[in-house]
Amino acid sequence: MTVGLFIPCYIDQFYPQAAIATLRLLQRLGVTVEYPQGPVCCGQPMANSGYGHLTKGCDDLFTGSYSSYDYVVSPSGSCVLHIKEHMHPMHGKIYELVEFLTDVLKVDQLDARFPHKVSIHQSCHGLRGLYLSQMSERMAPAFSKPERLLKMVDGLELIDLHRSDECCGFGGTFCVSEEAVSVKMGKDRVKDHETSGAEYITSSDLSCLMHMEGLLKRSKSPVKVIHIAEILNHTEHGAQ
Amino acid sequence: MEPSKTIDHAALAAEFNKDPERVDWHDATLWTVRQRRDMRAHQVPEWEALREMASQIKENVLSNLHSYLQQFEQNAIANGITVHWAEGAEDHNQIIYGILKAKGINQMVKSKSMLTEECGLNEFLGSKGIDVVDSDLGERIIQLAHQRPTHIVLPAIHLRKEEIGEIFHEHLGTPKGLSDPQELTETARQHLREVFLTRRAALTGVNFGIAETGEFVVCTNEGNADMGAHLSEVHIASMGLEKLVPTRQHMGIFLRLLARSATGQPITTYSSHFSVPRPGQEMHIVLVDKGRTRQLGRPDFRASLKCIKCAACMNTCPVYRRSGGYSYQATIAGPIGSILTPNLDMDKYKNLPFASTLCGSCTNVCPVKIDIHQQLFKWRQEIIKEGKGSAQKTFSMKLMASILSSPGKYKLSGSAFKWVSKWMPFLVKNKMNPWYRQRDMPQAPATSFKEWYKKNV
Repeated sequence: MTVGLFIPCYIDQFYPQAAIATLRLLQRLGVTVEYPQGPVCCGQPMANSGYGHLTKGCDDLFTGSYSSYDYVVSPSGSCVLHIKEHMHPMHGKIYELVEFLTDVLKVDQLDARFPHKVSIHQSCHGLRGLYLSQMSERMAPAFSKPERLLKMVDGLELIDLHRSDECCGFGGTFCVSEEAVSVKMGKDRVKDHETSGAEYITSSDLSCLMHMEGLLKRSKSPVKVIHIAEILNHTEHGAQ
Repeated sequence: MEPSKTIDHAALAAEFNKDPERVDWHDATLWTVRQRRDMRAHQVPEWEALREMASQIKENVLSNLHSYLQQFEQNAIANGITVHWAEGAEDHNQIIYGILKAKGINQMVKSKSMLTEECGLNEFLGSKGIDVVDSDLGERIIQLAHQRPTHIVLPAIHLRKEEIGEIFHEHLGTPKGLSDPQELTETARQHLREVFLTRRAALTGVNFGIAETGEFVVCTNEGNADMGAHLSEVHIASMGLEKLVPTRQHMGIFLRLLARSATGQPITTYSSHFSVPRPGQEMHIVLVDKGRTRQLGRPDFRASLKCIKCAACMNTCPVYRRSGGYSYQATIAGPIGSILTPNLDMDKYKNLPFASTLCGSCTNVCPVKIDIHQQLFKWRQEIIKEGKGSAQKTFSMKLMASILSSPGKYKLSGSAFKWVSKWMPFLVKNKMNPWYRQRDMPQAPATSFKEWYKKNV
């Protein structure tokens, strides 16, 4: 099985360690991973702003680079959801990392150690778009794919939140066009994690984490953000 | 026609957020309603199946609206109800004025109608010398305070009990500082009793019209709609023409969903079926289009007409809870308002579909499964296609699309970004940047993933 790795622009620039962890984790699980250098964007920033008609360039570059792979995996739930909904040739091929680990590789044990208190930020697109967990709005049996994986990590203590799956307020361009509400939503979310006693906030979406990190750093909070791949790829000898 | 002035949701929301403690209170109050909804819905094992049935029934109604409307009219007339048809707010208001004028009535009591709010009926009748008293407690409070509702089910939810005490002190003569909810409610009750006994005409809204029987259903908790309707010589019901259900047995689905979704009650205290006027009473139904058939003709947005006005999407919306109802400047605020209003006036409401993170919570609490967040996304595309995006935004989006679809340009701009943030941080970290005002910038490490990959793999 050969997997094409997709790393969106902001992870490439700001969070390369999450991309490296994704690559190494997949390799450690026996997957052959290739990284086409071209595509950096799924087109979502334009489409969510109403400019979906401008994304043809991104779509063509993406489908041209990735169509030959068995699977395409990305550590960004939001980008994956956009690709699923808007790039038809990729349907059935594109996976967010967590769902690829649980649904395709069917991982049931991990060589990972992360002795910290961790809370999960359920990013909306992962939660309500990709169904990575059961959302609180639905009257249906509970499940959580990220939680299932994190429970395989030695030493990790999962922390429950007051509001399990409220939006953090990032929302793409919403974070600057509706600054006041975006910041208030982010502050409220961050406070929930802080008061619950978490040391790390983790998620399968770095865009939410980037927004919350900006608020945490501004308030000089000791709480840190970390992409789920970095935890799953962390052993007693550190990052692999 | 001059384009309408655009509502600046972001600016109004920023204004609301100048008082963070009030935002916290507003958020917590509505979150409690959402939690009550969750608790009640969890008690119904077939909840998701009920939502699916309700959704399909409403789809059926929308696809056959013409015949259900005719059936409803025919049966209502057979029951002795007079049926009127109004294309817009003006027609609606004139019809009601005509009914009252013919009877020589200059005072009316009204309850539970967002449609008349949408049509500006109170102001219109006021200009004709007809006094209207809203009798639903929340509606009465804001009427006394000369305000607009901020929520379709809980119209005075933006007011604290102390503020309501002030309004009652000023208008109903309660002692200053009185804020006990029970005492305030009793005061309103006594005040309204006199209104019910003296009004010859009553207007109510309509939650459901039943095509099979020609009757309409009004759901309330206070019973004031019933009090007004039963004591009046003339009962007028204002009804949006999408409010139909095919048969009476369908109420068994909708009544179970409505109150649980709206307030977390198993059912509203009163679910009153009005079908035949009592001897000597006149009963009228005014069926109102007001943009609804236009919306029905938009394939991407027609499902918004399935709405049963429970406001669950407003209570769950993390933006609405923190921006307040007034930030939408629309009779129907929140997520559902943001997909209904661009149909009414795109210039005025073009910002509302952008007042969302597209988190999707609205879609998943909706008891009739309207794909609200998908419609918000689609309205954005429509609005930009109509050329309503700012020139600056269009320019930056084109630039972004060009950089992100070209590996060569991306590489250059990536390096440029690093150079700027390293050597000229003041350009990025200044208060004009809406990201940086309250959030730190993400730190770009020395090596991007692409560079690392080239060196290490």
